[in-house]
Amino acid sequence: MSLPKLEELSQSVWQGPSLSTGAIPTKEWMDTPVTFKPGGYAYPAKKEKLEYLDSQPGLNFPFARIWSPEEDDWLLPDNWKDIILKGLAERLDKFRSLKIFMDCCVRCGACADKCHFFLGTGDPRNMPVMRAELLRSVYRGEFTLAGKILGRLAGGRKMTVGVLKEWFMYAYQCTECRRCSIFCPYGIDTAEITIILRELLYSVGIGINWVIEPVSNSTKTGNHMGLQPLPFRDNIAFLAEDVENLTGVKLDVSFNRKGAEILFVTPSADAFAEPGIYTCMGYLLLFNALGLDYTWSTYASEGGNFGLFTNNEAMKALNGKMYAEAERLGVKYILGGECGHMWRVVHQYMDTMNGKTPANMEVPVSPITGTVFNNAASTKVVHITEFTADLIKHNKLNFDTSRNSHVRATWHDSCNPARAMGIIEEPRYVLDHVVDKWWEMPENTIREQTFCCGSGTGLNTDEIMELRMRSGLPRANAVKHVVDQHAVNTLACICAIDRATLTSLVDYWTPGVTVCGLTELVANALVQKGENRVDMPEGLRTMV
Amino acid sequence: MKYSFSFLVVIALALIAGVGSQIPGMGYFFGVVIPYLAFAIFLGGIIWRIVYWAKSPVPFSIQTTRGQMKSLDFIKHSRTGAPDTNAEVVGRMALEVLTFRPLFYNTKSELREGPKITYESSKWLWLFAIVFHYSFLVILLRHLRLFLDPVPVWIGWIEFWDGLLQIGAPTWYITDVTLLLAVVLLFSRRLVNRHVRYLSLMNDYFPLVLLFSIALSGILMRYMLRSDIVNIKELLVGLVTLHPVINGHIGAIFYIHLTFISALLVCFPFSKLMHAGGVFLSPTLNMRNNTRAVRHINPWNDPNIKPHSYADYEDDFRESMIDNGIPVEKGLPPKDEPAEAGAEKKAEE
Ligand code: HEM
Ligand code: SF4
Ligand code: SF4
Repeated sequence: MSLPKLEELSQSVWQGPSLSTGAIPTKEWMDTPVTFKPGGYAYPAKKEKLEYLDSQPGLNFPFARIWSPEEDDWLLPDNWKDIILKGLAERLDKFRSLKIFMDCCVRCGACADKCHFFLGTGDPRNMPVMRAELLRSVYRGEFTLAGKILGRLAGGRKMTVGVLKEWFMYAYQCTECRRCSIFCPYGIDTAEITIILRELLYSVGIGINWVIEPVSNSTKTGNHMGLQPLPFRDNIAFLAEDVENLTGVKLDVSFNRKGAEILFVTPSADAFAEPGIYTCMGYLLLFNALGLDYTWSTYASEGGNFGLFTNNEAMKALNGKMYAEAERLGVKYILGGECGHMWRVVHQYMDTMNGKTPANMEVPVSPITGTVFNNAASTKVVHITEFTADLIKHNKLNFDTSRNSHVRATWHDSCNPARAMGIIEEPRYVLDHVVDKWWEMPENTIREQTFCCGSGTGLNTDEIMELRMRSGLPRANAVKHVVDQHAVNTLACICAIDRATLTSLVDYWTPGVTVCGLTELVANALVQKGENRVDMPEGLRTMV
Repeated sequence: MKYSFSFLVVIALALIAGVGSQIPGMGYFFGVVIPYLAFAIFLGGIIWRIVYWAKSPVPFSIQTTRGQMKSLDFIKHSRTGAPDTNAEVVGRMALEVLTFRPLFYNTKSELREGPKITYESSKWLWLFAIVFHYSFLVILLRHLRLFLDPVPVWIGWIEFWDGLLQIGAPTWYITDVTLLLAVVLLFSRRLVNRHVRYLSLMNDYFPLVLLFSIALSGILMRYMLRSDIVNIKELLVGLVTLHPVINGHIGAIFYIHLTFISALLVCFPFSKLMHAGGVFLSPTLNMRNNTRAVRHINPWNDPNIKPHSYADYEDDFRESMIDNGIPVEKGLPPKDEPAEAGAEKKAEE
């Protein structure tokens, strides 16, 4: 959809009448039905993709159909309401978090202006508490005595098609970034509400294609782009060749190799799309310099887990490939690349869902430094940034920071690593060693208070570009701040989705900023034995 | 509508209690039956609610981290931001519950020309809430004087410090004033702050109006009913020892106060007031961030959900894998020369 000109959108963001700019809507939200217009929603999940997933054992993606959010009739199954209410009851029984979050909110409003979607759109229903009220009102009206008796007076309402449409709208204007959660006195995490809303919507066949197609591809080919074994290998082999041409060092890269010590898994976007490929070149160069005994897998070729954005069953099924492959290949542990939601899943869900780990896996030990990663003793998955930070601490890497002299960097904490893992200092430690100087964005926009790129959880799709530019505004604004103050030209991060989405975001709001992965900067500065480098004014991005 | 309803209810309660209790014989109903009933509902309701919560498991360890995880030795771990041990979780919870930490770090964002978004610290909610809660706590503790015989000495100490300003006769308690003030400010905030105004429900105004009324009726009592205090204490001690008696006259204002409190008790388990208990059970706050080190168990984890298997994957792509030297488990069906193909190594040249 056409994206408004920068001036127009800028004007509209800060002067358009919205709750963010001070205009209080006169109509109550329950009396304001949602309408879907082109550009306002991501395209529905394709029928054949849902059908394929529904045919997979253990997965449930019913009611595949062709429908449009713009039509009045969403072709819902006759008993849709029953399914939703039963689904909600079932989830209340399964998740204590849901009960607590439904019952405890005092509507203090502390979370209200913490959401990037609210700040960028000014839509009152994008205040995290309101997003939760969309569900909470139904919980009250259908499940609590007070709500059943007093109805709207007690904030309750019945489940209707209009409510369902509202859920679809706002469950896909939340990137499950958890920023609201750290400002809530009870830790109420609206991401959990969104997860539940999306699960419920899938139970009546409603979802978006930018999530479902990746889930389907990841199931079949192992990665979300649907790359078959050969193209997957060849893409990486091409990147290895590029590294060889630049540095004059021969790389040894293997795939599906049994008996390797380490299985390396990273989001497949790193293997084929700019600017992730430079991060991938960074991995290849770094591992080769270390002489690491590792292998790629074409089967477990996706670190990212789009299942997280559908339902917990699909998340589990996709995630299961990592341990299955680790077992088949007989590796000791898994090293995970730079990715945000991959790490949410690995850190908080993987062991619970798919543990215990296969018998051949061991508590991870760095083969270079001997450091035992006790913090990954059970999951046996180590984050590349922990791994690198440890190498640096033990002086195992030799850097020439002047090789990054073209880089004036700032650091973007990705939502999941920051708020669902707490990997905050390691990347800073690494960055300190690979560039001469770098600059932090304003304090309310970094570390645990970091702002989302605005396009996570499967919203990285072109048809909602304006929405994405709006929701990414708080992040872009903070980048612009350091661009203006310190002439920063590089936005570094450890997330594959960020590398794609932040690129569109800064191109729009503050052009001239390059987005890169941390390992790209590491590899740029790395001095290797036996190297014979061409002149690399742009590091790994230099064209030969 | 949303807040006027709250006032109507409170006024109605006051009228019913004030008039009703003065009808001969009805003192027992308002002084004994209603409080007992309310307390029973309060207690039963809280137990029911906590059991209701506890019945649902915590399938995933979904702590929110507000600081550095425990990882490498040389990386400074934020013990109360991303707790790794139970003791650290207790530390985190103490900060959350006793100091309202998230509210302390609250910010206010504004969109300005540019567009430029600015963030500034905004501690009003924290201030109002903390003043309210601690005043409430102190008042509750002071009230124990009325129920306990003999009165424990520490209640005297609290009263001494609370009355330190020595204003008025009988002296005003500091917490009486701060509680009233905080409730008024919390209420005003709901009207003034545009976000909160838009999202507030009757459920949000009513407890504040009720609390204000409780505090106000309590303060009025201190000035209006000095003479009845002996009878009141006798009734209240009787209530807790399960031998309630009403001797002599007790003014209407006491019954109004008591009825308000009963209303609060009845509402408590069925409203957002349960945040007081829920905060302790919130999985984003009370879980350890050690999920990669220690496995968290999900009781309903479904072992039947398996990944699309490697064998099926290889079946789909075997021919191309073999042709291109990607190692495989099984060779192609007979007529081929599988042994050689499988062992073929990728040529780098
Ligand atoms: C972690 C601990 C707690 C926090 C962070 C907390 C926070 C809050 C907040 C933010 C409000 C809302 C004020 C408003 O805007 O209306 C509130 C109200 C209230 N809280 Fe708490 N609270 C906590 C524990 C408790 C406890 C232990 C009690 C025990 C009785 C309690 C009783 C109340 C009452 C009676 C209200 C006022 C009614 C209302 O506004 O709905 N709270 N609390
Ligand atoms: S901060 Fe928490 S309690 Fe306050 S309105 Fe938001 S979700 Fe509700
Ligand atoms: S999780 Fe993030 S996107 Fe979702 S409501 Fe909270 S702040 Fe907004």
